[in-house]
Amino acid sequence: MLQKTTSGGDKIIQCLEREGVEVIYGYSGGAAMPIFDALVDSKIKFVLVRHEQGATHMADGYARATGKPGVVLVTSGPGATNCVTGLLTALMDSVPMIVLTGQTITPMLGKDAFQEADVTGITYPVVKHSYLVKNAADIPRVMKEAFYIATSGRPGPVLIDLPKDITQGPCNAPMVDEVHLPGYHIPGRADSELIKKAAAIISKSKKPVLYVGHGAVISGAGKAIMLLAEKLNAPIVNTLLGKGACPEDHPLNQGMLGMHGTAYANKTVSGCDMIMAIGARWDDRITGKLSEFCKEATKIHIDIDVAEFNKIIRPDVSLAGDAKMVVEDLLPLVGKLDTADWLKDINGWRKQFPLKYPKKGGLRAQYVLDRLDKLGGRDCIITTDVGQHQMWAAQFCLTTKNRHWLSSGGAGTMGFGFPAAIGAAMATGKPTWCVVGDGGFQMTLCELATAALQKVPVKILIINNSYLGMIRQWQELFFDNRLSGADLEGNPDFVKLAAAYGVPGKRVKRAGDVDKAIKWAMAYNDGPCLVEAEVVKDDNVFPMIPAGAPLTGMIIEKPKTKMEKPTGST
Amino acid sequence: MTATTDKISKPEARGAKFELDPGKAPRRDIVTDVIVQPLHTISLLVRNKPGVLCRVAMVFARRGYNLESLVVSPALWNANDGTAPGEFSRMTITCSGDPDALEQIIKQLEKLIDVVHAIDHTGQAVIESELALVKMKAGLKDRTEILQVAENFKAKVVDYSAESMILRCAGETEKLDAFVGLLKPFGIIELVRSGKILMARGLEET
Repeated sequence: MLQKTTSGGDKIIQCLEREGVEVIYGYSGGAAMPIFDALVDSKIKFVLVRHEQGATHMADGYARATGKPGVVLVTSGPGATNCVTGLLTALMDSVPMIVLTGQTITPMLGKDAFQEADVTGITYPVVKHSYLVKNAADIPRVMKEAFYIATSGRPGPVLIDLPKDITQGPCNAPMVDEVHLPGYHIPGRADSELIKKAAAIISKSKKPVLYVGHGAVISGAGKAIMLLAEKLNAPIVNTLLGKGACPEDHPLNQGMLGMHGTAYANKTVSGCDMIMAIGARWDDRITGKLSEFCKEATKIHIDIDVAEFNKIIRPDVSLAGDAKMVVEDLLPLVGKLDTADWLKDINGWRKQFPLKYPKKGGLRAQYVLDRLDKLGGRDCIITTDVGQHQMWAAQFCLTTKNRHWLSSGGAGTMGFGFPAAIGAAMATGKPTWCVVGDGGFQMTLCELATAALQKVPVKILIINNSYLGMIRQWQELFFDNRLSGADLEGNPDFVKLAAAYGVPGKRVKRAGDVDKAIKWAMAYNDGPCLVEAEVVKDDNVFPMIPAGAPLTGMIIEKPKTKMEKPTGST
Repeated sequence: MTATTDKISKPEARGAKFELDPGKAPRRDIVTDVIVQPLHTISLLVRNKPGVLCRVAMVFARRGYNLESLVVSPALWNANDGTAPGEFSRMTITCSGDPDALEQIIKQLEKLIDVVHAIDHTGQAVIESELALVKMKAGLKDRTEILQVAENFKAKVVDYSAESMILRCAGETEKLDAFVGLLKPFGIIELVRSGKILMARGLEET
């Protein structure tokens, strides 16, 4: 029998198998045919999505839930450009991802061939690194480097553009096990002198706070941070993406800070005399007005990406390294702090300004999410979309386990939540709740077909207020309630829509029916199911710090007087 | 990682202890005669890969930095280092813009996988040099004076015709600015400058 020659496509799939890839999300097309052909003989599972953006978010959810890189395979031109949003989402939130794009044959590059796009050019600003493979012999090296770059240091997406003649032609290059990247350095342990300096600063503090971000989730620093917090007796606050690094039900954890964070978290940060950022980047959603942010406090910044130092804040000590290693190195150098008065202040704020919402006047999203949390949501993975429901979920659904909270933070990508839940549920097999708004869900709801086909146990909870709620809230508070582009009239009947895909659904309009619906969805694990909560249309998320205002400008409830237009970035 | 990586100074240390040089004072551009922002000169060692120039340029463009000059040339290679011919290139970039953004630019440049290192040489003792070709309108009347200027600046006449001549002059940027300034009244037809290249003094890394 004749030995089948190895094509470039075969080689790519072999490389993916060597990297331990279990599943690829993607969409087929002309320029990617040789790779799809090679997939036929592979044990790697291929999930055919309904839109390429969905593939990138599924791979993103897969990666966020496991820490392993998500893999996407699409064709050239429009197939590749549909991935741009997913790449941005992954880059902004440091998610490891490999995106393989088909490309026209090399002799036709730059000649406006059918479905040709300059994909490496289009994606330069939204990738950690990218390759255009023009020689089949480079395939093993490029694949090895891509996985190494995507997963190491500060993770991020890597794109590989693969011309069809390269993937169709023979490739006899041997596999590669080592990478040679002289321009790529990853800090591991931080400088010991700087760690000593940081420890001295911490030891002097009377009102410390640990500010925990996504870097702590990625490096798995949660345990070390909890040991540090308990040793110091210091409070913790976490960012939207830092949820889950440290259990939010721990008494030292004050929950999320920032624009829609808890009042006590923000008061803790405003009142502290020392703030240590662990894998967090002082986002504008966190700091508010920068010149007023922690003016009197000393600042320590732990980050694996040195470009984050001095970008927003000039810290007193910058510790370049892996969050877990740095915190572990700090642990033996610090002792118990006298924070009794400080914690008493914070507990006072907790009692004085708890998260609250009106109990009357119809079904509240906050109530639904609060019930989800109480009825076992805490043991599930929760993904969210972007908007009011995202903030309410962040406030009311406590996250106690690492990699159990998946949300698009930096990019704020609507349409992220549902496909990300599919990826996360497929990767972990854990029950996964996908909290979405009626707006964002409609951006990627075509993936209902994918979820139904793959029988993924995703529980979709639509918080339906028939508005782009966050837009409406801003227009109400800052623009004299002149609503513009906020009304989602023409929404479909979501339960009927789900039924069209063979997905069972329930609609909830009264608070009394919420528990039953959530319990029903919890018990249904044969595939996706949907719960639509028709909530009060014009509810607002509070507390709120208007963009560009200092943390002390936080408003706890709807102000009586008209507010100035916010000055912050967005 | 192979041996090469160890030879190159650790950028994380450099990034962590970064201190911004205030740069030079605003200056008057000799050709356009307008006050311009202080110039910074950054030297990069990059891997000679397709797209590396684009990635570098985008770091500047995103932050509103304007590139004044850019020189790219092959870097030295040494088989003993494990480097191959054509593996690395050297970029010398002169740019102007908000000094506060410069620290970010250097760090973002170093973050690029294909950039081995990026060093800001502004305000450092360096050897710098530039080359200018100046095409002059040079009729009988002005010829002697133009040649006198050329001689004083050790410029070479590389093309000589009845109506024109081309002068070639090398030296520091300020010297060339002065040279061009003196020639301007005689009528410059074309001016091509190579852009600045530089090298750190002593055993300092460029």
